[in-house]
Amino acid sequence: MQRIGVFVCWCGSNIAATVDVQAVSDALAREPGVVFAANYQYMCSQAGQDMIRDKIHELGLTGVVICSCSPRMHEATFRKTCEKAGLNPYMVEIANIREQVSWVHKDKAVGTEKAIVLGRAAIAKVQLNTPLIAGETPVTKRALVIGGGIAGIQTALDIADAGFPVDIVEQKPTIGGKMAQLDKTFPTLDCAACILTPKMVEAGQHENIRILSYSEVEEVHGFVGNFDVKIRRKARFVDETKCTGCGLCTEKCPMRKVPNEFNMGLDNRSAIYIPFAQAVPKVATIDPRYCMMLNSGKCGVCSKVCEAGAINYKQEDEILEEKYGAIVAATGFNPISLDKFDEFAYSRSPDVVTSLEFERLMNAAGPTGGTLLRPSDHEHPHTIVFVQCVGSRCDASAEKGKEYCSKICCMYTAKHAMLTREKYPDTEVYVFYIDVRTPGKGFDEFYRRAVEQYDVHYIKGMVGKVVPEGKKLRVQASDLLDDRQLVIDADLVVLAAAIEPDKSARPLATKLTASMDTNDFFTEAHPKLRPVESPTAGVFLSGACQGPKDIPDTVAQAGAAASKVIGLLVKDKLIGNPCVAKPDELMCNGCSSCEKVCPYGAITYEDKPLRGPNRTTVYRRVACVNPAVCQGCGACTVACPSGAMDLQGFSNRQIMAEVDAICR
Amino acid sequence: MQVNEAFTPTIVAFCCNWCSYAGADLSGNNRLSYPANVKIIRIPCSCRLNPMFVLRAFQRGADGVILCGCHPGDCHYSTGNYYARRRMTLLFSMLDYLGIERERTRVEWVSAAEGAKFAQTMNEFVETVTALGENRRLEDFRCKVR
Amino acid sequence: MNKKDLSAEIIRISGGSPEKCMRCGKCTGACPAFDDMEVHPHQFATMIREGRVEELAAKKGLYNCMSCFACSERCPRSVEPARLIEAVRVYALRQSGGNHLAADDVPGLLDEALPQQAITSALRKYAK
Repeated sequence: MQRIGVFVCWCGSNIAATVDVQAVSDALAREPGVVFAANYQYMCSQAGQDMIRDKIHELGLTGVVICSCSPRMHEATFRKTCEKAGLNPYMVEIANIREQVSWVHKDKAVGTEKAIVLGRAAIAKVQLNTPLIAGETPVTKRALVIGGGIAGIQTALDIADAGFPVDIVEQKPTIGGKMAQLDKTFPTLDCAACILTPKMVEAGQHENIRILSYSEVEEVHGFVGNFDVKIRRKARFVDETKCTGCGLCTEKCPMRKVPNEFNMGLDNRSAIYIPFAQAVPKVATIDPRYCMMLNSGKCGVCSKVCEAGAINYKQEDEILEEKYGAIVAATGFNPISLDKFDEFAYSRSPDVVTSLEFERLMNAAGPTGGTLLRPSDHEHPHTIVFVQCVGSRCDASAEKGKEYCSKICCMYTAKHAMLTREKYPDTEVYVFYIDVRTPGKGFDEFYRRAVEQYDVHYIKGMVGKVVPEGKKLRVQASDLLDDRQLVIDADLVVLAAAIEPDKSARPLATKLTASMDTNDFFTEAHPKLRPVESPTAGVFLSGACQGPKDIPDTVAQAGAAASKVIGLLVKDKLIGNPCVAKPDELMCNGCSSCEKVCPYGAITYEDKPLRGPNRTTVYRRVACVNPAVCQGCGACTVACPSGAMDLQGFSNRQIMAEVDAICR
Repeated sequence: MQVNEAFTPTIVAFCCNWCSYAGADLSGNNRLSYPANVKIIRIPCSCRLNPMFVLRAFQRGADGVILCGCHPGDCHYSTGNYYARRRMTLLFSMLDYLGIERERTRVEWVSAAEGAKFAQTMNEFVETVTALGENRRLEDFRCKVR
Repeated sequence: MNKKDLSAEIIRISGGSPEKCMRCGKCTGACPAFDDMEVHPHQFATMIREGRVEELAAKKGLYNCMSCFACSERCPRSVEPARLIEAVRVYALRQSGGNHLAADDVPGLLDEALPQQAITSALRKYAK
């Protein structure tokens, strides 16, 4: 018979206000097997833990039940307390009487009764607990970063500097991400390329970093510390080891009508291309959709001019299989498609552009060489209207845009407005806003400079429609503070489009079994306290894939993710979860039902010698669970037709005892 | 079937540790209300729910049983909820054959971020089961402790 | 009816959601009748929520609204200002207790240049 101690926590007034804790401990004291029951204000505090420890020693407790907050909060805490007191940590059960009782039920009598029932269930369960010893798994000391933008690069650099090898997988031919497309960054007006390219070069040259560009993650198997990943290295038709990045092929390629993604389609590139001058790796790539040689067998100019002999039209995709201990998702964002917002005439006029397109128009390496010119006729715009919140802050039921605020647009529009006014003092700039959100360091001061020093016309109101009229764009908008409707004949209209996670994020989340929210942002393990970890152990989050954010926040989060990864990789072994499946070999008939449902391949079969009749030895094929690989889901236990498979820590009898206690 | 106005059904909710149990905690964090008839049993994954447990609950006098798990595709153990879904479909078909009202059982996918959905689901389920009245068909009076 | 109940009634018959309004002004930005109204779409949601329905109903400019529904179409938050103001007009009409336009009057008012929508919206505005 167990000797069970019950400890009921007040949690200050969190539990005690709506649950009569004294009544609970009194009622539970009367349960069979309970030799001690008490209640105290803060069981998780030092004093509370000391009480548990003392009672374990004093009364020789063999099992402990804590009625407190959710086990997801403090199960680990109380397990440690008991372990230090000499009691096996798995002889502890938690009854959740805070998140699932005191915080949801207002009536004290009702809450107290339910707390007692849940306490009884926990006691019934712990009666059947057996001591469990946790196993160990080795850790592969290598990290995988998926995404090569500033988030992925920073995370990789931090992990590599700590001495661990890192692979960066980037779907584009070069790392750099969105930041490489930016001109200047707020609030310092640093040139984006100037601060990014040194990091890109460092990543490219770091002895601990391997960049797998133009590649995608195909499959992920395994679990924390032991991931097996298949990476598809897409064929560039150029030998990366031979290409010198001289760019001659890109100059000579006759197919020059490919929309240039780097310049957001505002100009064209060739079929064989290097995305931008500072690309890392500086290697050409052939776009198979447009290459005449690959499609029709004609041309071959690039191969003829290449002095390094790097062109290989026969190159095929390569699958790489690698092992990693930790995976970081850093897949970034894209502006949304504006097809549901055609009141702004985006599809009808080339002079209505998104902010990212405007960024390219301002950039010295952009389609207009850094002079701000209208895309339609390459003339100088004398009046520019910026429209905020296009597709952000929308109502979900309208299904037109995103519900959230995209966070970066107020600041980048202030930047665009300011840079325009500085370079072209004759150009009038209007910004139509709903709110101006400037929470960061130096942000509001930056916005005030735009208004006060650079004379940007900030108008609280919104553009109702944009109608192309001749060479101009007739913008009709409201000015709410002065109660008027304005009609402005603009030369250029810039839309601050909402941002959304990259399309590759959702399929990746499925491969990693990492959770996502309804907007396809990766969910963090805890929104406040664990912002860089996914609930899936071993998967970490870095950058805008977790939520819209600007560069300072991205770099901060990237470092945080790296520190978590380093904390994992620095361990030689991980203490496993001992709540694993265990077959009863005498009942197992070797049917393989369990093996088929195990997601981890933790079950194998062996011929076990068992005692047969008349003292003979019989060999029977029985299931064998690898406790290091088993994650304790329990799928096998239910699949087993003979009931031979059970799950330690959540055994059939334990769960049924809980059911019995609840239904009493 | 008589419906007693003061009848409060006993509801056993099996919640998977990773999504739905966290969702239940979140509804507590947000101070959303649902009736106290709902008692939650934590299981590592929705696939741990053996149909025997459902029958046991009804045998012991529960009036409704609900299984909550991760959304399909989001299972922490990747495939567990698919098995749970299939098993529960078969189980409910069998219960239907036994004459147990379909509304006494439910499967709901609740993520860790859906505190409001959890509370709403429990509110609805309790209302439905209350309207059905006490479970008489599977209750085994030999097991009554009272 | 007290102010609060009247607001609730207007919201109920309109099917709009004034609580969702974020005062962005896109409705007013899109409104083609701006110059002919002394109160504008971006004010409807707040005035109704604040219990100023009578004040709103007394504005003459309400009848210059063209019922074009551009405000509802452009609103990013599904507030439906056109439906809100329609409900206020219906309320005003019910208060004054009469039809100001009967179906039989319409043929006499027809004009080749009159767009069909004007007839439909006039019937909606002036007939109970």
